[in-house]
Amino acid sequence: MTETIVIAEIVKGAVHPTTAELITAAHALGSQPVVVVPCADASVADGAAQFSGAARVLAAKSDVFSNYDAAGWASALDAVAPAGVIITSASPQSKDLAARLAARRGISVVQDVVQIEGGNLTSPIYSGKAMQTVSLSGNAVVTVRPNIFAPAGNDGSNDVSVVDTTGNIATAVQEFMARASTRIDVAEANIIISGGRGMGTPANFTHLEAIADTLGAAVGASRAAVDTWDEIPHSMQVGQTGKTVNPNLYIAVGISGAIQHLAGMRSSKYIVAINKDADAPIFQHADYGIVATWEEALPILQSTLSAMMA
Amino acid sequence: MANIIVLVKQVPDTNARIVLSGDRVDLSAVKKVMSPYDEFAVENALQHREASGGEVTAITVGGSGADKVLKDAKAIGVDHIVRIDCDTHLDSNALQTILASVISTLGGEVVYCGKSAADTGAGSTGPGVAERLGWASVSNTTSVTFGDQLSVVTPSSGGNARVNVPLPAVISCDKGNIKVRKPNVKGIMQAKKAQVDVRSVDAPASTVSVVAHSMPPAKPAGKSYQGGAAAAEVAQLLRDEANVI
Ligand SMILES: Cc1cc2nc3c(=O)[nH]c(=O)nc-3n(C[C@H](O)[C@H](O)[C@H](O)COP(=O)(O)OP(=O)(O)OC[C@H]3O[C@@H](n4cnc5c(N)ncnc54)[C@H](O)[C@@H]3O)c2cc1C
Ligand SMILES: Nc1ncnc2c1ncn2[C@@H]1O[C@H](COP(=O)(O)O)[C@@H](O)[C@H]1O
Repeated sequence: MTETIVIAEIVKGAVHPTTAELITAAHALGSQPVVVVPCADASVADGAAQFSGAARVLAAKSDVFSNYDAAGWASALDAVAPAGVIITSASPQSKDLAARLAARRGISVVQDVVQIEGGNLTSPIYSGKAMQTVSLSGNAVVTVRPNIFAPAGNDGSNDVSVVDTTGNIATAVQEFMARASTRIDVAEANIIISGGRGMGTPANFTHLEAIADTLGAAVGASRAAVDTWDEIPHSMQVGQTGKTVNPNLYIAVGISGAIQHLAGMRSSKYIVAINKDADAPIFQHADYGIVATWEEALPILQSTLSAMMA
Repeated sequence: MANIIVLVKQVPDTNARIVLSGDRVDLSAVKKVMSPYDEFAVENALQHREASGGEVTAITVGGSGADKVLKDAKAIGVDHIVRIDCDTHLDSNALQTILASVISTLGGEVVYCGKSAADTGAGSTGPGVAERLGWASVSNTTSVTFGDQLSVVTPSSGGNARVNVPLPAVISCDKGNIKVRKPNVKGIMQAKKAQVDVRSVDAPASTVSVVAHSMPPAKPAGKSYQGGAAAAEVAQLLRDEANVI
């Protein structure tokens, strides 16, 4: 049976809950994984001790893990992870790491897996317009999309063993630039509310921001909005030439649903569309479609949500 | 003077409808274009040449049909075009191995590529090629400043980081704020006459094989409402039916 290794997803210096989904993916590939936690401070790995279904937890401790550097992380993890199929999250950083780690071992990487069945792995291709199922005849590094596999339970009590490691850092951070807005980024959000050209003016995005604040959501945008209005930065763009997102809930407001926009968000778990045109293509992908102007719908959405969250 | 490499890939136009023939995607009727992020890679490569001098070589891995993407790169302004001849499916290990080998042969000092190709969506090639060459790499860059080292901007948790990258390095390019130049008439004429340097390189056997392609599972038809008042009901359903808030 294939040995599996889960590299814990680290966000803001802590083990992220999606790590539990990676453990489930490892089981689908056939074994209880070794969970490797990249950390500068070994106590971070305690955040993986409670996962059920792990064979053991290994704190890979090194200063290399203080800041992300693909070469440094890949070399430090390669030194401690056993041979086998390695599984990471399909976040932008972990996809980058996965590719480097695979290359370091001279094996292949399979990105963005959304289904594992009988040893076969399925990922979206052509921006989600088709799916590709592959089989492995050797070890590989596999990245798994978040919000797809059910998380492993939290009633384990794994021993955490600490292994010191080191790696060759290739780049140096000069400065961190905080985002102008303190709002969460679309790439990291579980709920996203996005506006398109139908919002009329960039100032109207404040209506989306208010709902985002109520829900703890990120605000996204279509390319038409980003290209038309300087106030809407490219970092907010969802789609083919923007970010690919996979939230639990995606609310599209005044967005027609062009194929390139769908490319970035069609795999969202639930999609709500608000658009005044009943024929807008976005409605074909919506779980809940509201044919209305945003001027009419958003105040009602806002007040209902505020009341519910209060 | 820098020996600059840019990787370009031919992919279906992003507007194209993807259809199956049996259990494989059938691209015979589909228009092919340069993968959108590769346009930013080409632009960065040309700006690098303008900043430091040197020459830009565009490389693609593909069959003879892929010459078109090289001609497009030539028309925009690259100096040399190289196609590594290969018409079969390569897994990431095979693709990166042959790219790394040709980049070494050409004496490349810096490589620009797209952050992900529009067909695979993978984002594996840049970091994978860098690791095989033993080079630095940064992915998803939105800005590149050229000097003895590169200084790039890349997303990091909570914002962006400005990162110093010593050369040699591979930079996988996101869109950012740069405008890509369009080919002019002279460029298009030169591209017509340009010779593609076709090479063949042995690839290691792939260990990832495609079993089947399929259409994405159809989404069951959603609920549809007329009028903004329905937003109240939808909010309730998001909590009670979908359990997402
Ligand atoms: C290579 C390439 C890459 C691309 N990449 C991307 C990408 O990454 N992301 C992306 O989004 N697009 C991308 N596009 C552009 C894409 O094709 C569309 O042009 C774009 O998504 C349209 O944005 P939109 O829906 O906001 O605008 P529109 O298509 O203009 O739609 C506006 C919508 O708002 C509705 N509306 C108007 N007023 C109101 C109102 N008061 N209340 C409610 N609804 C209203 C209208 O009915 C309409 O449906 C790309 C295109 C190409 C060629
Ligand atoms: N067959 C190929 N030929 C040339 N460049 C490629 C090829 N495949 C990928 N690339 C480059 O690597 C980038 C990322 O591709 P991918 O790893 O498939 O997402 C692309 O945008 C191209 O710049």
